[in-house]
Amino acid sequence: MSNLNGKATHPTTSSKTDRFQGHDYYNVDDLLNEDHLLARDAVREWVKQEVSPIIESYSDRAECPKHLFKGLAEIGAFGPSLPAKYGCGGMDEIAYGIIMQELERGDSGIRSMASVQGSLVMYPIYRFGSEEQKMKYLPKLASGEMIGCFGLTEPDHGSNPSGMITNIRDDGDHVILNGAKMWITNSPVADIAVVWAKNEAGRIKGIIVEKGMKGFSAPEIHGKLSLRASITGELVFEDVRVPKANILPEVEGLKGPLSCLSKARYGIAWGAIGAAMDCYDSALRYSQERIQFGKPIGQFQLTQKKLAEMITEITKAQLLAWRLGTLANVGKATSAQISMAKRNNVHMALEIAREARQIHGGMGITNEYPIMRHMMNLETVLTYEGTHDIHLLITGMDVTGFNAFK
Amino acid sequence: MKLLVCVTQTPETTANISFNADNTEFNTTGVNFIMNPYDEWYALVRALELKEAQGGSVTIINVGPATNDTVIRKGLAIGADDAVRINAEPKSSMFVAKQISEYAKQGNFDMVISGKESIDYNGASVAAMIAEYLDLPFISFGTKMEVNENIAIINRDIEGGEEVVEVATPFVLSAAKGMAEQRIPNMRGIMMAKRKPLNIIEPVAFDDPVAVVGYTLPSAKSAVKMVDPEDMDELVRLLHEEAKII
Ligand SMILES: Cc1cc2nc3c(=O)[nH]c(=O)nc-3n(C[C@H](O)[C@H](O)[C@H](O)COP(=O)(O)OP(=O)(O)OC[C@H]3O[C@@H](n4cnc5c(N)ncnc54)[C@H](O)[C@@H]3O)c2cc1C
Repeated sequence: MSNLNGKATHPTTSSKTDRFQGHDYYNVDDLLNEDHLLARDAVREWVKQEVSPIIESYSDRAECPKHLFKGLAEIGAFGPSLPAKYGCGGMDEIAYGIIMQELERGDSGIRSMASVQGSLVMYPIYRFGSEEQKMKYLPKLASGEMIGCFGLTEPDHGSNPSGMITNIRDDGDHVILNGAKMWITNSPVADIAVVWAKNEAGRIKGIIVEKGMKGFSAPEIHGKLSLRASITGELVFEDVRVPKANILPEVEGLKGPLSCLSKARYGIAWGAIGAAMDCYDSALRYSQERIQFGKPIGQFQLTQKKLAEMITEITKAQLLAWRLGTLANVGKATSAQISMAKRNNVHMALEIAREARQIHGGMGITNEYPIMRHMMNLETVLTYEGTHDIHLLITGMDVTGFNAFK
Repeated sequence: MKLLVCVTQTPETTANISFNADNTEFNTTGVNFIMNPYDEWYALVRALELKEAQGGSVTIINVGPATNDTVIRKGLAIGADDAVRINAEPKSSMFVAKQISEYAKQGNFDMVISGKESIDYNGASVAAMIAEYLDLPFISFGTKMEVNENIAIINRDIEGGEEVVEVATPFVLSAAKGMAEQRIPNMRGIMMAKRKPLNIIEPVAFDDPVAVVGYTLPSAKSAVKMVDPEDMDELVRLLHEEAKII
């Protein structure tokens, strides 16, 4: 690569050779156990081999690297904290978080493929399903033989899911499902959908809808400028007859979907650290290699300010996630605490992506470096699983006792 | 088939290398360790493939302190059945070979396999010494191995070509690139590894005839000078006056 006067001063390596190194300014590794470290290194290695070499090209083409579903399953990224009995890892919550961190270090879309499958599809079946449902679906979902998606958001009900209009009507052994879901990760490639719909009494129930059921379709949503390597679609139900045996028996009301979202948000709080670290790592290296005014740009105070603030924020986010994980391991992480971590860490990652983009100068806007892709991805992450502002309102309600939603 | 795989830990390839004040010891502060890639990718994985194809067991062995346990767990997570750690500082290749061979003597192994060398000290000598202690044939730098009953056909890279050898078990092999492909441990493997036996045994007495006198770092590489591709005269001048090679 050369600039106009023919002098090659741009570092010649790009994100195509993934030179990522983890960053651990506060020795957070000392707080982790052997499982966590082994899991972290394994997923990092997997991402370097399977994700980094292809991700820019898939993201450019807005195509989902579907072959990675199998790889994610093999490495054990689907429901790692669910029991081994169902083909899952039986790991703790910190291990799950670290896996998400490493996947999102590769790409938020790849992490989304895994968090939807694990936290939004397998988790509700595990938590609210009957034993038959668990045995029927969980091993296949864990092994990637089946892909799932989670349908909560509707075209007219995003931040306010309780207003949903998707509904089920009793029909003997079956229910009749009608309605539409929007912005559903994995939906066009999914074999099953965990759908949240209201019954005649207006209570929200979870129901497993299978691909091929009459009246069920899942068209793809095109034109996304964010999370381009993750496939997103709608779920459309026109008088779909679903056996009652597919209803998740153990839950009713909004707490069903919200408890799944808590799981996934928890993973995002960790995942965002991965994206931030990748941006920081690239910016740090670039600042040491890029020469302007006769010196590496890392020698200028303004570049140092950016890098110093980045690593400070990453370190704070790591400690927040670690503490949250420690609470989650003993079942004590509240949904409000999870909201705080999701909001803080995703925003932190987005800010770091923006600063890192500046450090890379013009190169930062190209797909030679992962920065712009992370930045665009993080715009989705800031919004899905509860928007940045909604999480603020959750914290606000938690500390004041006043509900400012309506 | 009963297989013993020697694994060691080495600093990560990006680690900063430094020594203590009198240059007699490697300074491990801040250094992350990994399993020696030749042991992990080639020796261990080929052993696992043989076990999967023909049955048997794979034991991994390491000479080192308790801090090596994470690397050993990784070997178990990749698929080894059990592990042995000989609880001692691996002071020299000969010491390590002596300890491993003492253990191997009691185990009745069909093969003892290691990586061709460790990527830190690059001695490439432990496996040869084990063979010597056990009085077994030794095949070095194997890049491919097919096994039929008790006969192994092993390819070795040699200068300008390949050598193919045949050897009957038991034997000692050092494995090089080509022997197998890296396997990344999965989450189930990592969890299962916790339940696999890791036996810690004390070393046998050994009077080591080898002692390290000191280490030095290579002299720092001088900076790269960029020359404009249009400016041939400057390039010639630099090669002549500074590099003094033309
Ligand atoms: C790529 C992608 C993948 C997704 N995957 C899934 C999935 O798999 N399953 C699923 O169910 N959903 C999914 N979603 C949907 C996502 O969760 C919603 O987009 C999100 O909840 C926001 O809903 P909305 O887009 O309708 O925005 P709205 O709810 O319309 O929000 C618009 C703006 O108004 C603000 N706002 C809303 N209410 C309030 C209030 N009371 N006070 C203050 N501000 C408010 C919001 O913060 C936001 O800034 C996905 C979204 C995207 C973009």
